[in-house]
Amino acid sequence: MDNAAPSRRPFLAVRDLNKTFQIGTEQVEALREVNLVIDKGEFVCLIGASGCGKSTLLRIIAGFEPPTSGHVDIYDHPVTGPGSDRGMVFQDYALFPWLTVRENIAFGPRQKGLAASKVGEIADEYVQMVGLSPFADRFPSQLSGGMKQRVAIARVLANDANILLMDEPFGALDALTREQLQDELLQIWSRTGVTVIFVTHSVEEATLLADRVVVMTAGPGRIETDIAISLERPRDVSSPGFNDVRRTLTQRLTSHLKRRPLKTAA
Amino acid sequence: MTPPSSASLIAARVPIAPGPDAASTSMSAAGAATVPVSPSDVPSAAVNDAARPRRVLPERAQAILLGIAFPIALVILWHELVVLTGTPLIPTPHQVALMMYDFAFGGIHDDAFSGTILTHLAASMARVYGGFALAIVVGVPLGLLIGKVKVIRRLLDPTLSLLRPIPVTAWLPLSMIFFGLGPRSAVFLVFLGAFYPVVLNTIFGVRSVDSKLFEAAAMLGCDGSRMFRQVVLPAATPSIFNGLRLAHGFAWILIVVGEMTGVPTGLGSVIMDGRNLSRTDLVITGMIVIGVAGFATDRIIVAISNRVLRWSPQHHG
Repeated sequence: MDNAAPSRRPFLAVRDLNKTFQIGTEQVEALREVNLVIDKGEFVCLIGASGCGKSTLLRIIAGFEPPTSGHVDIYDHPVTGPGSDRGMVFQDYALFPWLTVRENIAFGPRQKGLAASKVGEIADEYVQMVGLSPFADRFPSQLSGGMKQRVAIARVLANDANILLMDEPFGALDALTREQLQDELLQIWSRTGVTVIFVTHSVEEATLLADRVVVMTAGPGRIETDIAISLERPRDVSSPGFNDVRRTLTQRLTSHLKRRPLKTAA
Repeated sequence: MTPPSSASLIAARVPIAPGPDAASTSMSAAGAATVPVSPSDVPSAAVNDAARPRRVLPERAQAILLGIAFPIALVILWHELVVLTGTPLIPTPHQVALMMYDFAFGGIHDDAFSGTILTHLAASMARVYGGFALAIVVGVPLGLLIGKVKVIRRLLDPTLSLLRPIPVTAWLPLSMIFFGLGPRSAVFLVFLGAFYPVVLNTIFGVRSVDSKLFEAAAMLGCDGSRMFRQVVLPAATPSIFNGLRLAHGFAWILIVVGEMTGVPTGLGSVIMDGRNLSRTDLVITGMIVIGVAGFATDRIIVAISNRVLRWSPQHHG
């Protein structure tokens, strides 16, 4: 909780956010009147069909895109650009291919002008945290997808990010690796107390990971519902409770789809 | 008398070129620690490890064998055709071999060209690498600027596109007016020829950096000139090296043109002298020396680029 402020200062607040892209001569409305408040340490999943603006919302929170109107505030300070408090984990990793695992993880600490020995210490700590010590001197092209994503996570954590923005981070991984990384992410989350905003299109993944699931709808992107998941952790994917949540979420997603006159929706 | 292989002599000489030093100095981004990257380090390689020892050696032997067999076949064909037609205009490979030996060590013809290979090779190499180095010194920073700064791109890009299609040989008369009859003119032509591939590939390298890498670097606290040094430059390196390889090839191509401007030494001038004296064996000797020297230095550039770009799976040529 915050220290005594006159009004409640939310950790992260998205206020009246609108985003319109100019594509050629056409105006495409990606987000309309999005409002969202996220508490420190929460694990929030943004879920929705493709084109619902969930990635755009994440990119605006990251500061990679300016909103058309509205703002994102962190402790009442508006986000104006990328910052090391928010670390993005991209689906396609976006590691620096010319740097080794250790050097990639050291990239953030190195920017802060710390002593080389301190940078090395931090890097080694996070290399170890994601279990990549034997591969510390490999280049990204010599790693599997799961290893690359571990590096990407360690890279933002080593930079002291307290908000982890994850854009379908495990979407390109095989099922076994995905499960393993989901498990590791939850361990990292509970150990570090980092706030996670996780974009996915998998109901199962959202149910497994999230404290809260924000369901978004497309055309234009809006928040449809915001559902808290109170299932106990660690969650058992085969339990009746898990299935109930998953069913509710799926209904929220698909009922919306059926309501829309989509001729091609199969 | 059998002429010893002059190719090995040249190959032994070539590492004097500025190449090898650059290997150790331009490694800063990738870190000085030697990281041996053997193919078996790659995770997927473990699968066919068993097949590796049996297959790789014949592969390599085959590559070398085929690579040598073809030029030998060409030499045999050349010999047979000269003998068959009885032409006095083209020397046999044997005559050229004698000429090469004489060019390298003397003792056969004992004329103005005997034992002068090092003089000419050194003169040509100085010009080739002078022009090449000048093209790098001007082309890489200019390419980085054009690629990164919109105003400079708008200022220079149309002019560059206009000048680029003009053949370097068309600059010869002007170059002789600017720099007179001499080596400086040759260096200028080599520079012009090498400049475009360097600058264009550098621009391309800078322009094609994945925008996600900028975002990743920005969120990790990198900005401004650090962004340039830590992201743009290393990301553009593969493309810059492609430019360097192309430019190096052009530099050797243009040395003959450059040395037609009336310089007394250099392999180009040897070829021109050979032509004027109807010494075709000398012409072919000059051609072979240029080919071998160009090949050897290209291998050096490839070796450097393999080292600098050992992170890039596409760059092992």
